[in-house]
Amino acid sequence: MAPGSPPGLAIAAMKLNERSLAFYATCDAPVDNAGFLYKKGGRHAAYHRRWFVLRGNMLFYFEDAASREPVGVIILEGCTVELVEAAEEFAFAVRFVGTRARTYVLAAESQAAMEGWVKALSRASFDYLRLVVRELEQQLAAVRGAGGPALPLPLPQPQALPQSQPLSPTPALAPPLPHWPSALPPKENGCAVWSTEATLRPGSEPPPPPPRRRASAPHGPLDLAPFARLHECYGQEIRVLRGQWLSSRVQP
Amino acid sequence: MRYNEKELQALSRQPAEMAAELGMRGPKKGSGESGPGRETGSGVRRRLVKLVVNFLFYFRTDEAEPVGALLLERCRVTREEPGTFSISFVEDPERKYHFECSSEEQCQEWMEALRRASYEFMRRSLIFYRNEIQKVTGKDPLEQFGISEEARFQLSGLQA
Repeated sequence: MAPGSPPGLAIAAMKLNERSLAFYATCDAPVDNAGFLYKKGGRHAAYHRRWFVLRGNMLFYFEDAASREPVGVIILEGCTVELVEAAEEFAFAVRFVGTRARTYVLAAESQAAMEGWVKALSRASFDYLRLVVRELEQQLAAVRGAGGPALPLPLPQPQALPQSQPLSPTPALAPPLPHWPSALPPKENGCAVWSTEATLRPGSEPPPPPPRRRASAPHGPLDLAPFARLHECYGQEIRVLRGQWLSSRVQP
Repeated sequence: MRYNEKELQALSRQPAEMAAELGMRGPKKGSGESGPGRETGSGVRRRLVKLVVNFLFYFRTDEAEPVGALLLERCRVTREEPGTFSISFVEDPERKYHFECSSEEQCQEWMEALRRASYEFMRRSLIFYRNEIQKVTGKDPLEQFGISEEARFQLSGLQA
């Protein structure tokens, strides 16, 4: 596009942080699937054998398995994955619903590979993952609240820590679990101030454990206002749990 | 790198987790971005900024198609001046996209939303909840979804 063109013309290509995308393609984050697939060039074009890497909701394809940079990426949000009738064996299609977009026809090298890809790709969207996470979030809140009368409430912090964590009135905001995820969203902590879900209400059931947040999180300093509230919420939970733990110890 | 631009544009029209008009300043011009380089690194532009799944779209306030998008994987969200935050990427932390909010509260809201807006973050949350539920109930909650064996949801998938 000519440098002097006026802004706002529809033909301007959308900008994308492609360098970051390329780094994401080749970084050491978990790979969700990888392997050779044949990709059809266009409606009447030939198939090209490419090395495909699925990471999150991005399907990258490389010239070959040793390439440093992807040839391209298929962003998988809002697609469906279907088996197709094609001259090529083990073919399937990634189709985008409702747009004028093209359909990507791919072919695997075996039945097993094809099934693996179809399964992985059909569950690759961020939307799907988010749904599952929300479901589990609710399930966890439910099982914590529903703990049977015969069982003492589990004490998440002492059980999970490699070293002993004293239950003091000033709760540790971030029990150091280096192998657990950092920076869970505050809305998981059960305080209604953040949660947009009706399931978690303070006072009705104990809040889930505090967010696991690494002290060295690269996201900048902890914020003061939420900390005060978190401190308040978890102070209450710790006091309740401590009371139960102490009383369970004195039982015959 | 080729990508399915039409799909990305369609995604930009989906309901957003967050959307607001913010002041945006891109990093100084350099390599790494596609598209014509009309926007200089120095000026602050008013942009409609929209968070959809793990993409941050930004539009000129009177246009329907986005000027650009940022994939939010492996990004850092950092507080800058009061009411301002920046997004940069792990492989190049000095190259920052600055966003000016109209209040501290708005800035806070955006920073929290952006920190959660990556697939990798969601994956870690899933693994965490799966494990916690399993500890309490003894059962794997992913079995009902038929995805308990998938490599991407295993504990071993967590980075240090």
